[in-house]
Amino acid sequence: MKGWMGKFRALFLFSSLLLVLSGCGKENLTAFVPEGYGAEVSLNLIIISLAVMIFVILVVMIVYTMVLVKFRKKKGQEDFIPKQTEGNKALEVIWTVIPIILLIIIAVPTVTATFDLADDSKAKDSININVTGNQYWWHFSYNKEEIQTSQDLYIPTDTRVYLNLKSSDVIHSFWVPSISGKMDANPENENTMYIEAYEEGVYWGKCAELCGPSHSLMDFKVIAVSPEEYEQWVQDMKNVDPEAQPETASAQEGQKLFQENSCIGCHAIGSSPAAVGPNLTNFGDRTRVAGVLDHDKETIVNWLLNPDELKPGNKMAGNYPKLSEEEASKIADYLLQLQPSEITPESAGNE
Amino acid sequence: MSTAVTHKKGFGAFLWDYITTVDHKKIAHLYLIAGGLFFLIGGLEAMLIRIQLIKPANDFVSAGFYNEILTMHGTTMIFLAAMPIIFGLMNAVVPLQIGARDVAFPFLNSLGFWLFLFGGLLLNASWFLGGAPDAGWTAYAPLSTTSPGHGVDFYILGLQISGAGTLMGGINFLVTIINMRAPGMTYMRMPLFTWTIFVTSVLILFAFPALTVGLFLLMFDRMFGSGFFDPTMGGNSVIWEHLFWIFGHPEVYILILPVFGVFSEVMSTFAKKRLFGYTAMVFATVLIGFLGFMVWAHHMFTVGLGPAANSIFAVATMAIAVPTGIKIFNWLLTLWGGNITVNSAMLWSLGFLPTFTIGGTTGVMLAAAAADYQYHDSYFVVAHFHYVIVGGVVFGIFAALHYWWPKMFGKILNEKLGKLTFWLFFIGFHLTFFIQHFLGLMGMPRRYWVFLPDQGLDTGNLISTIGAFFMAAGTIVFLINVISTSVKKQEVAGDPWDGRTLEWSIPSPPEHYNFKQLPLVRGLDPLWVEKTEGRKEMTPAEPLGDIHMPNNSILPFVMSLGFFIAGFGFIYQVDDLSWLTAVFVGMGIALGAMFVRSVKDDLGYHIHKEDLEKGAK
Repeated sequence: MKGWMGKFRALFLFSSLLLVLSGCGKENLTAFVPEGYGAEVSLNLIIISLAVMIFVILVVMIVYTMVLVKFRKKKGQEDFIPKQTEGNKALEVIWTVIPIILLIIIAVPTVTATFDLADDSKAKDSININVTGNQYWWHFSYNKEEIQTSQDLYIPTDTRVYLNLKSSDVIHSFWVPSISGKMDANPENENTMYIEAYEEGVYWGKCAELCGPSHSLMDFKVIAVSPEEYEQWVQDMKNVDPEAQPETASAQEGQKLFQENSCIGCHAIGSSPAAVGPNLTNFGDRTRVAGVLDHDKETIVNWLLNPDELKPGNKMAGNYPKLSEEEASKIADYLLQLQPSEITPESAGNE
Repeated sequence: MSTAVTHKKGFGAFLWDYITTVDHKKIAHLYLIAGGLFFLIGGLEAMLIRIQLIKPANDFVSAGFYNEILTMHGTTMIFLAAMPIIFGLMNAVVPLQIGARDVAFPFLNSLGFWLFLFGGLLLNASWFLGGAPDAGWTAYAPLSTTSPGHGVDFYILGLQISGAGTLMGGINFLVTIINMRAPGMTYMRMPLFTWTIFVTSVLILFAFPALTVGLFLLMFDRMFGSGFFDPTMGGNSVIWEHLFWIFGHPEVYILILPVFGVFSEVMSTFAKKRLFGYTAMVFATVLIGFLGFMVWAHHMFTVGLGPAANSIFAVATMAIAVPTGIKIFNWLLTLWGGNITVNSAMLWSLGFLPTFTIGGTTGVMLAAAAADYQYHDSYFVVAHFHYVIVGGVVFGIFAALHYWWPKMFGKILNEKLGKLTFWLFFIGFHLTFFIQHFLGLMGMPRRYWVFLPDQGLDTGNLISTIGAFFMAAGTIVFLINVISTSVKKQEVAGDPWDGRTLEWSIPSPPEHYNFKQLPLVRGLDPLWVEKTEGRKEMTPAEPLGDIHMPNNSILPFVMSLGFFIAGFGFIYQVDDLSWLTAVFVGMGIALGAMFVRSVKDDLGYHIHKEDLEKGAK
């Protein structure tokens, strides 16, 4: 039995390796190439269960093929009446007991892994981030560090980072496949999970629970940087002066427009926690506009002029005065220069 | 009462006959037609989904419309296609298999159908009245409680009405199977299809009330300002998930158990062997039904129930694999040593075995909670449940239709077209869904309106869409087959497949009273028992006598129409209280019809012995 299992596991490992080598998905998105602890635990469990299940499928297919080859009606035997067997106790016991054993092989590591991934004994000594799901963006609030940001979540590598997930409206689900499995953000209670990234990088995260028209556009990024860079980033974020004057004239006008058109009513800059829209502190360093769009001036202008077209059902549309293209362009200039830190997604390696 | 069988003519009379019928065989036709129609609508919605996802960042349909399509695809396929078609099959077959002249409550049977149909029509009316429901077929709160427009209201009332019909059907068949078996048909001599319908009916009896309650709470939240699922008012949205899945998980078994029965019948008939391990099959069925109620929270591993709850539900879920495995191997051993005829019905059964094995094994994989954190709400899950529901339920429905078509309509479906249907559908199915296991783990969540370019998801989605076209082509070939067969003149004997169970002992299609004399059942596969002893027919258990039959009635149609009208009233009274008129009118019609039913004696009529003898020549 053991030998068989070993062989199948080896076979599976080899074939899954083949899948990976042949490019099974984008490497900072796929769950096949774990870059973090949760994803690794899940993948191990996937491999164990898949190996057992492939064994089952093979057994079924062998019997099935034999049946089809041996017992199809043959010419000249149309009237043959087979023996009417009632059953076979021994056989039936065998295919009751063997599956039970196979299931135990899966069940034991499942329970272990489930408790392992729910372990919150180290939560006190780690970084704690409150994650809030909103239609259709993510807010991140670093508890001890007292900094706020959205869409791009910075974490240090090789560190357990605890996330306290909640939703401000409907149910969302936080998923970064290559780092960890998902956890729902419910409106009534806080769910805790931890993530740990092994390598520096920009990992793609998605909302996995249907949350409205732009459910499929509710992407975010997890940016894993070295612990030193992370410290630097935290300091830079803390030191942001929300009122700071931009350098260029156009951006300065943009800043004025940003205040006048009450953008600031919803979007905070700096670490003020209360904001109904995404926090824009380090907007200039973000990888994407609204989570999914190219991060360039043209897109931002388009966004400001007509957000509903780019992200249907979003809550910004219709909640601010109409802007002219020129005004939008100035605001875009202002937003793009919000770059408080040297630590950017580029520091973590390319997207 | 008159006993003369009058033959009215004309389309109006034909239509009237079907609207008022209480004959389970005609109700079966109605279920098949209505369920088939909804199957086509649900299939069309599926095609729109796959066309939208043929390439990254496609703009074939808008985001809001996409959510409506995906919600209606799921809702339609589960509630308005798969279940009604199964109800059609059980209406057509179960009374015949147990040697009964009718179901226990023929009036209720008709009412169940009309409620389902009017509920389905109400739900689909939403397309033309400002937008369909868009919160997913699971309608998770608060998305469903806050969804603008009336889409979700249509979902609530449509499902409430049609769910009531389903519950009635379940109760009816439970009583029928318990009370109306022919002499000698003990529980352990019941054909497996009847057994699975029995267990299914029990599941309906216990699962649907959970849905009814959930839908009422949702209705109060949306229409009358209560806050059961609203956290800001002290409610809890996770409660909806529990209520929904306490219904929703057994629902999966309500769908799959009957087709397990179908495959058991088809495989033993065309292998010419009795079912291997009949007793084990029965106990496996009961066990699956029981466990089906114990595992609902495996849909909620990521909700945050904690590791203890997740572990318990994980292990309980895995346990279901044991009885299911027993079934798979018993089927294989039924075929083993047999003399297998491979025709259309058998092809679907043979296609089912490997397909369902894959679906079942991915089910065990999903049960591993910590691994499910990756699968959950991804295309892996989409692949899994389509492997089970299409590879199991739809394959089973096709097998059953090809198998029982001659019994129901007196004609055999064309074999060549039948095989073509199978191969197109089978290949298309695996093309569509196998790749989705990988798409899920490659980071594609379910219910995505668009996927972005350059995320490694393009090829998989393209292949998937191509497969969907094959499935559509297969379905079209099946339709052609049905139409060309129905226009053909053909006479089929009572027993075209050399069958084993009671339904094959009477003419095809059966007389409206089913059995002239109730048969005497002397073992499992009663007809086969008689055949092996050299007889061609069942030994009767009673002398020829008068047969009591129920009268036709328009009341079920009227009641359902009343609820249908009231449904609009409930939905629109939120905007304008004058719509309450519709509530009163509709409920008045429904309650009035109930009153008439209660006070008017309806004793039915008798078919006299002499007429039966005349019929027999």
